[in-house]
Amino acid sequence: MIGFDPTEEQALIVETVSQFAQNEIRPVARECDESGKLPDSVLAQAHELGLVANALPESVGGGGERSAVLGALVTEELAWGDLAIALGILSPALVALPVAEFGTDAQRERLAHYAGESFVPGALALQEPRFGSDPFRPGCSAERDGNGFVLNGSKCQVPWMDGDDTVLVFATLDGRGEGFLVSRAADGLSAERERNLGIQALPTATLSLDGVRVDADARLGGDAGCDLSRIVTQGRVALAAAGLGVSRAAFEVARDYAKEREVFGVKVAQKQAIAFKLADMAIEIDAARLLAWEAAARLDAGQDALREATLAYDQVRRVALEVADGAVQVFGGHGYIRDYLPEMHLRNARGFASFEALALV
Amino acid sequence: MTISFEPTEASKAAREHYRKVAEEQMRPVSRKYDDEEHTLPKEWVDWFWQEGRHGGPRPTDGPGDGFIQVCIQAEELCWGDAGLYLRMPTPALGGSAVSAAGTAEQKKKFLSPFREKGGHPIWGAMAITEPQAGSDSAAIETTAELDGDEWVLNGTKIFCTAGEGASTVEGGFVVVWATVDKSAGRGGIKSFVVPAGTPGMELVGTEHKLGIRASDTATLRLENCRVPQDHLLGSSAVKKKDPSKTGDKGFKGAMATFDASRPIVAAMAVGVGRAALDFLLEELERQGVRVRYDAPPAEVTALERDVMEMEAELQAARLLTWRAAWMMNHGKPNNLEASMCKAKAGLAVTKITQKAVELLGPLGYSKKLMVEKWMRDAKINDIYEGTQQINQLIVARRILDYPSAMLR
Repeated sequence: MIGFDPTEEQALIVETVSQFAQNEIRPVARECDESGKLPDSVLAQAHELGLVANALPESVGGGGERSAVLGALVTEELAWGDLAIALGILSPALVALPVAEFGTDAQRERLAHYAGESFVPGALALQEPRFGSDPFRPGCSAERDGNGFVLNGSKCQVPWMDGDDTVLVFATLDGRGEGFLVSRAADGLSAERERNLGIQALPTATLSLDGVRVDADARLGGDAGCDLSRIVTQGRVALAAAGLGVSRAAFEVARDYAKEREVFGVKVAQKQAIAFKLADMAIEIDAARLLAWEAAARLDAGQDALREATLAYDQVRRVALEVADGAVQVFGGHGYIRDYLPEMHLRNARGFASFEALALV
Repeated sequence: MTISFEPTEASKAAREHYRKVAEEQMRPVSRKYDDEEHTLPKEWVDWFWQEGRHGGPRPTDGPGDGFIQVCIQAEELCWGDAGLYLRMPTPALGGSAVSAAGTAEQKKKFLSPFREKGGHPIWGAMAITEPQAGSDSAAIETTAELDGDEWVLNGTKIFCTAGEGASTVEGGFVVVWATVDKSAGRGGIKSFVVPAGTPGMELVGTEHKLGIRASDTATLRLENCRVPQDHLLGSSAVKKKDPSKTGDKGFKGAMATFDASRPIVAAMAVGVGRAALDFLLEELERQGVRVRYDAPPAEVTALERDVMEMEAELQAARLLTWRAAWMMNHGKPNNLEASMCKAKAGLAVTKITQKAVELLGPLGYSKKLMVEKWMRDAKINDIYEGTQQINQLIVARRILDYPSAMLR
């Protein structure tokens, strides 16, 4: 039966996360963007909500309730608070979820680490710093070398927060994209902090892998490997949801401003040029959200969802940029000023053009 | 409750059933009645009356997709042919008005003939628009005056869908909107059931249109047209001294029927859009062109990008439509969501069908194939049942929490 209501349990979680975003994330978002730092205390508090741990297996101390639909709902709320902080909060999932799904028994042992008492950030390296970076066919290479592999190439947009010693690097092995759990201190691996147009609070790095040697047991899933297409699909659902959070935040701030700002003796929102723009924003956000939910529901049903996730994410990429740009426009000159939020939403929204697997459900 | 996009078995059965109807009964005569604009599509109308209206799957008891199933039916049949869909002998929008605002007796009297076996095909219609009043439906000038125990109607109605059948074939009816008191503005607007063939209701003619040519879009003239007092929808007891204060739901009640009809129009739009998109994808397959969802960004072709956007837009429109219908199933007010889905679907399929003509080149432009027709048919969805702009206006008022006086 077709339905558009979250379950009661999901609604309760969404409400909790929404409150958290409102009360804890939003007050520090601008300051974090300016300073280029994530708020440690907010990350720690968010960890206590158990959002990532809830999706991990019970055997490692998780909640055993992984759901792409719930993941999408939660991701939207967090990103509505702030995109960079949301990506930081959810970063443990970047390693934990692929390991939980594809990892060998030995690899899964490390999951307890992400479900433990303190926040442990995750790092996933998929994108590459070149034109046409292809998430399905990494340019980074893995070559067999005795009992292990040697990795060569470069990566970018890798969340690079202190607190963990592992990065999940995707490289092409025998023509297939495979994941490798690499120590951040490995010889031949160097990281350079990036500066980005948006998500400035999230530390990200460009990685150089120059003959990085890893043991055989570093390959995600061992000899069976992993399904990179499914990971990209999960990433597209998560990022679609994150883009919707940004879009909704931008829409709301524009709507509220338009109801306050006077022009020619009426509120700006009473002008059809603005009112219709806001109406279109609302329609497009709702429409794209349903696409994202549909892709998520397919994932939860164990179906292939690459097509649906790709269509949803592409739609969100268009919508988020359109809405955030529209918010700047509704604010007029003030939209360009950093005292107001629209310019930050615009910088964040443009990021979805390049983000892949920067969050997972 | 849960978020789910899996239709019930009943919905799936309905989809299969109506797809077959579309393929077997509508598509074969689709071009013919586009070319022969004002000819009655007799094979279709007779088949529908004798078999079609009795044969479809009914929603099952217990939890189901309810109104979503109606949307699925509309989508499938308009995938077949939107003009023929509008020419089906049913109560149509006139029936929606009677259902939404009529008394139990009125529903029985006017709607039951459509369920009786045998007889001949009949139609229902709704007449709102006038030459000088389209989107601004409160500005209508058709009058209704109580004279003894009869209402006397005077005025001209245009763009009345199914108006030829509904006004001339005995057994059918037209729901006419008229004002009982011009000074009362919206409060004075009421709707009246005028049975086909009532003296004083004259079919002036039918329009020549861009698309949906199988649909009889009529101009009706009402000249001292008399109907019994109890043909005022929703009211059996009219206060004679102040007829603007009748017990019926009046203008608001009539407007509320749009919340139910807009999701259906949106679903119809999706059907037309899907016809064009399905054909495009089939043609691409014939040419060995496959749309890749995992293509490297640098290698995605312009064609793939266009097709993926068309697919996303169509599905977005469909899901907004189902959401608005789902809200009706659950008794939730859906004024906002009904306008959202109508606005989205009308514009999306207008663009999708225009893009399909473009991408298919000469195949798209040729009348040997149907894509050019679907482009013409699609456009009406962005106009009738509230234009794109009227629906934007409704959405804007809702999201801004403005009464209509604040945003005009």
